[in-house]
Amino acid sequence: MTDATNLGPTASPARKGSLLVQDARTKKRNAAEARFKAYGVAAITVGVLALVILVTSILGNGLSSFKQTHLTMMIELPEAKLDKSGTRDLEVMKKVTTIGYAPLLSNALKAEMEANGIAIDGLSKKDIDNFISKEAPATLRNLVLADTSLVGQTVELKILVNGRIDGYYKGRVTAESALLDSNVSPQQLQLADALRDAGLLETAFNPGFLTMPDASDQRPEAAGLGVAILGSLYMMIVVLVLALPIGVAASIYLEEFAPKNRWTDLIEVNISNLAAVPSIVFGILGLAIFINFAGLRASAPIVGGLVLTLMTLPTIIISTRAALKSVPPSIRDAALGVGASKMQSVFHHVLPLAAPGILTGTIIGLAQALGETAPLLLIGMVAFVREYPAAYSEANGLFGEPSTALPVQVYNWTQRADPAFFERASGAIIVLLVFLLFMNAVAIYLRRRFERRW
Amino acid sequence: MSPILLILGLAALSIGGFYAARARAVQLSGGDIRSLASLPGFYGQNAAYAALIPALALLALGGLMNRIARGSETFSFWNTLIESTPGLISYAALGASVLGLLLALRAVQPGFRSRVAAERWVLSLLIAAASIAIFTTAAIVLSMLFETQNFFSQYNWTEFLFGIKWAPDFRGNSSLGILPLLWGTLYISVVALLFAVPIGLFAAIYLSEYASTRTRAVAKPLLEILAGIPTIVYGLFALITVGPMVRDWLAQPLGLGSSGSSVLTAGVVMGIMLIPFVSSLSDDIINAVPQAMRDGSLGLGATKSETIRQVVIPAALPGIVGAVLLAASRAIGETMIVVLGAGAAAANLNEGLGEMINPFEAMTTVTVKIVSQLTGDTDFAAPETLVAFALGLTLFIVTLGLNVLALYIVRKYREQYE
Repeated sequence: MTDATNLGPTASPARKGSLLVQDARTKKRNAAEARFKAYGVAAITVGVLALVILVTSILGNGLSSFKQTHLTMMIELPEAKLDKSGTRDLEVMKKVTTIGYAPLLSNALKAEMEANGIAIDGLSKKDIDNFISKEAPATLRNLVLADTSLVGQTVELKILVNGRIDGYYKGRVTAESALLDSNVSPQQLQLADALRDAGLLETAFNPGFLTMPDASDQRPEAAGLGVAILGSLYMMIVVLVLALPIGVAASIYLEEFAPKNRWTDLIEVNISNLAAVPSIVFGILGLAIFINFAGLRASAPIVGGLVLTLMTLPTIIISTRAALKSVPPSIRDAALGVGASKMQSVFHHVLPLAAPGILTGTIIGLAQALGETAPLLLIGMVAFVREYPAAYSEANGLFGEPSTALPVQVYNWTQRADPAFFERASGAIIVLLVFLLFMNAVAIYLRRRFERRW
Repeated sequence: MSPILLILGLAALSIGGFYAARARAVQLSGGDIRSLASLPGFYGQNAAYAALIPALALLALGGLMNRIARGSETFSFWNTLIESTPGLISYAALGASVLGLLLALRAVQPGFRSRVAAERWVLSLLIAAASIAIFTTAAIVLSMLFETQNFFSQYNWTEFLFGIKWAPDFRGNSSLGILPLLWGTLYISVVALLFAVPIGLFAAIYLSEYASTRTRAVAKPLLEILAGIPTIVYGLFALITVGPMVRDWLAQPLGLGSSGSSVLTAGVVMGIMLIPFVSSLSDDIINAVPQAMRDGSLGLGATKSETIRQVVIPAALPGIVGAVLLAASRAIGETMIVVLGAGAAAANLNEGLGEMINPFEAMTTVTVKIVSQLTGDTDFAAPETLVAFALGLTLFIVTLGLNVLALYIVRKYREQYE
């Protein structure tokens, strides 16, 4: 070391004084040490804090979407209005549209108000009509058409109230904000309170949020995740059925058989690059190849499933290869030694031993696919779908009916004007996160339970 | 011929072939299967694969040809062929299946090594599966190149690459310059990296150098949860929590803007998403630095932080740079956070620097515009739609370049200590 003599001004001369007293320079260095360590603690705190804020924000905004305000009332179903002919002929009865059913609900509400002695100054007829969800007449109509014997009777029903009234009990709407809002009046809120006191109005668990289809802009109270969950389920089936066998086959080839040549090098480079390609590019691929070129139908779960398959393949291949690699060579050698072919040694011995690792990787890949949004936007899964998609239909084939997906439904709801949809979007995120948590828990369990260390 | 019938037919031929070939092998062995070169089941398997795989390949090829030829002049001979004989491909597939089966049956001889033959079929399937990665990349590049070419035939490429105005108009006369979008993308990514890199790096340093095993066992998975959260969740977080917070607490008091979506919102939220990405990659790299280097430094009297700053980090630097580049490529390609957090207005590049670098201003990115130009009713002849493919190609090239560079740096570094 030629520059050992060149220690510079910081090199201290021979030390004077007690060893127990730190000199200024040591103090400085120790302080720097403590600072450095504190930065690390701060960085981790920021990361964990971000996670906590994220989760609390989503839970705080979204948990209330699992509850919904319902109104229980006795509804008269007069024959004169619903079935003038009196024949109970479905075709004739279908001519009465939801507009014909709406007055029944308003009348029922008026009757309940009278029966409970509720009178509110300045409550207009429109206020009463709008108090009930616009979805309710359709619900009632479907009920009557499903069971025509109800006509002429008076039935007790739980019906949805307007989203703003629901928002009143969730803190979104107040008497002050109602004054400025053309969609709700303070009188309606008073009516809601009176009905609540009478025990007719209650905010309770809302299973419809998980089962009902999406609803239009004007009726957030009726919007549910039914179609989205079904669509996501179909896509996950497609991904599982395609990505698992293809991914495992590709990994077996690359890990066990592939000679070192240009073609396999090319495959390796492609897989590692595909794993890092932005997901939106896969959406463009899906749009150009599956929809424009192959002529598959936009918004169909099969297209979404195919795009997500291509996206998850690299993940599955990478984890499967790691699992295959962790099986010790002695297993292969033993199989080969007793006369098995290479293929037999892989399929009979290596693959079963690697199965837990492969499954874990597959589940994590599926979880990633379940939460993916951007590519699905491009292949038209943002469409407004109210019909539950069938898994198979003559006209559209397997998984060919238009559908939407959980994360896309979240995006869709954030684009709507009514703040009630933000609550729904957060609620949908909670559902999505619960699914992801479940899948990851299964993956961790599998890993803990079956993983072998050699 | 209906597809279901065809599939059933092929399946029947394949299964029937299995039993026929196996029976024939047993019969030829004269009851003593030890005289066969392989177990009888392999003769069956070979026949089953021979009846199925070429037929399926033919079907796939035929379907592909049909799509390529549809509406194309050069392949009109194919179209007339298909129209003159309906079901041609199906019958050809069935024919191939029967032919394969017959050949396999004829090959059944006691000395025929059917295990090798059967496994060759399996290997061909494995190779086909592995090649899908290449076809995917090819499909991505080709589909985008093709549509980008269409776009450039309608819109001048110099105006696209160097135009400073983004104003698409479906009635025509659009300005489709990419520079405002690139600026937005770059700006948001830089903000995200400024947030994520120090935090991620310090978290990695703390976890690998200071933390006790127990702290590490708790903190590392917690940070990695952040990586498992879908981006739409971050997007919603930006939209309903961070966006209003930035607007009410920072932008409005400072008088710099009143928009709920802003560069800062999208950048910070994206930064949160990238923390685990940076930290776990850097963690691996820091752990790969040999302990001897640390011991040498500590032995000379350096404190732990001095060792880290002057020995560990310089040794790990190439790897860390690689990790940052990977994170940057992630940030550039990220879509949902910017769609929900950054807004849809393209940056104004001709209204002065102050407007351009105001982090409280809404700004849009390449990915946001791909989404907005391709969702809804789209007309695939209009340059306003086709521009999305050119944007996609740009994005693909940029991220690919970053990834290749990052992987190259990481790989080169790893070789040093192994």
